[in-house]
Amino acid sequence: MAGSTHASPTVEAGAPAPLREPVFSPWREAWRRFKRHRMAVVSMVMLAVMILAILAGPYLWNVPIDEIDFTARLARPSWEHPFGTDDLGQDLLARMLYGGRISLAVGLAAMTVAVFVGILIGAIAGMSRGWVDGFLMWLTDLFLSLPALPLLLLMIYLFRDKLKAVLGPEGGVFVLIVIIIGGLRWMQVARLVRAQFLSLREKEFVEAARALGASRMRQVVRHILPNALGPVIVAGTIDVAVAIILESTLSFLGLGFPPDIPTWGRLLFDAKDHLDIAPHWALFPGAAIFLAVLTINFIGDGLRDALDPRKVM
Amino acid sequence: MGSYLLRRLLIAIPSLLGISVVLFTVLALAPGDPFGELATNPNVPPEVQAQLRKNFGLDDPVFVRYARWLLAMLQGDWGYSFVSRVNVDTLILQRLPTTLLVIGSSQILSLLVALPVGIYAATRPYSIFDQIANTLAFVGFSLPTFFTGLLFILVFSIWLGWLPFVYRADIAATGWEYYWLHLKQLIMPVTVLGLFQAALLVRYVRSSVLDVIRLDYVTTARSKGLAERVVILKHVVRNALIPVVTLVALQLPAVFGGAIVTEQIFRVPGIGSLLISAMLANDTPVIMGVTFVSACLVVLFNLIADILYGWLDPRITYR
Repeated sequence: MAGSTHASPTVEAGAPAPLREPVFSPWREAWRRFKRHRMAVVSMVMLAVMILAILAGPYLWNVPIDEIDFTARLARPSWEHPFGTDDLGQDLLARMLYGGRISLAVGLAAMTVAVFVGILIGAIAGMSRGWVDGFLMWLTDLFLSLPALPLLLLMIYLFRDKLKAVLGPEGGVFVLIVIIIGGLRWMQVARLVRAQFLSLREKEFVEAARALGASRMRQVVRHILPNALGPVIVAGTIDVAVAIILESTLSFLGLGFPPDIPTWGRLLFDAKDHLDIAPHWALFPGAAIFLAVLTINFIGDGLRDALDPRKVM
Repeated sequence: MGSYLLRRLLIAIPSLLGISVVLFTVLALAPGDPFGELATNPNVPPEVQAQLRKNFGLDDPVFVRYARWLLAMLQGDWGYSFVSRVNVDTLILQRLPTTLLVIGSSQILSLLVALPVGIYAATRPYSIFDQIANTLAFVGFSLPTFFTGLLFILVFSIWLGWLPFVYRADIAATGWEYYWLHLKQLIMPVTVLGLFQAALLVRYVRSSVLDVIRLDYVTTARSKGLAERVVILKHVVRNALIPVVTLVALQLPAVFGGAIVTEQIFRVPGIGSLLISAMLANDTPVIMGVTFVSACLVVLFNLIADILYGWLDPRITYR
């Protein structure tokens, strides 16, 4: 067989490639794959509508969220109050539009924290060998086996009052929830990033960069990290959904935002004692949480098809 | 197998220690005092407070406090509930069986749903059944347990009136009726938790079966003329379910989270509702105890999963 091996692979390349072959950028290729996932596209439209409603809604539907009207207590949905009212006669549509901003903001902010911490730890573990890598992965496994919700509740319980005093009732709880959810959700991202780094750092293009004298930092930021981002984006999308559920859970248990801030979970918490006479009060916010989480999960699934063709679980 | 078991046990110890360090750090960093309740109580004079602090060693260095706290935790000496005036371990032991019953039955339910659906979907990938199952799975794990719980109460307790929505520990009945009433009030919490878990599991079962079904030995089994049923159940599923065992254990932290919520909605007297009521009543020793117990349970179940895995798949024990 030795005789058939050419010194250079180009010898066998044959006819030159056609000159005007359409060149697709990786992003365009990803978009093409994303479009094939029908539910993901539908979800993206629905989520966009929801976000638009949350952002623009309060300007169009300018009923104050805390206008108490005892003549319209627990009113069913009508033209005056499309989503009905609560036990103080406050308009539920206005309250939900306001609460949606908080729920989505918590989701996005917590995802940012989780992805940042995950990339940092995963990158350090992936670039270093020996005991640093071993210790960081042990830490990751440890955090994975922590019972997230009890710990989350414990930390909120212990730190709530302190942060409220520093940042005000709304800001304090927001910062606390975001940091804790982010701090308990980075493990998946860290594992993905480390696995990607382990294979990417041995690739030829990184070796070439190293041979050209690129510093370690430059290798990571310019060459390895951009190629490792696909699975991270997918995991980050799912994290938004998880964070929204966690925040709603906290509010639903009465341990999240203060009572006068109508997040979706808080609305459900208030509604659960009036389930028999005012089911609409619970159904609308519940459906909103469900739709937000469902659409984000579907978009994550579509992004997995688009950005992560090897389907890393 | 013996050395594998020993190695697994030795790995579990540092992770338990690690969890205890995390818990203690949280507690030590927390502002305020574990004796905050006593400090605000005007009936306790300051010198008594100082004496108490000294007795409990709150002014010692942090390592000493950690060692003492850990020893106390390991000996089952978890302190004294401020609110119900009972030892924390008695309180938790009272509640733990109910929680384990709910979590256990819901796990069984989730496996009963997820295994057949996942296997059937994997044998017919991209069929109508597969697509419907996949969509339903997405719906299932996007529905938060607190909302499903409220929906169930609304439909089955309020509109239809079939099931009670408050869990009662003191049922005034005997014999069969007692068990029937008990079962009836378990249905909704177990279904809510079980279906959520099933939705998470289905997709893993499906992809795990799909991985195995393409292997050569399955083709061999088919070409020997075995019935498709036998091929799937005896050749494919046995191997495909090994990773699922680990997954069930790895999801346990999430199950505990779900159990807290479900117990709270249906007022099941388990450790989850104990945790919430302790938080609303600022009962720190109980909160620490419950968190510690659930962390220990998670480590324990991970250990069990590892051992099961080694037993089911002897290849990994020789590694």
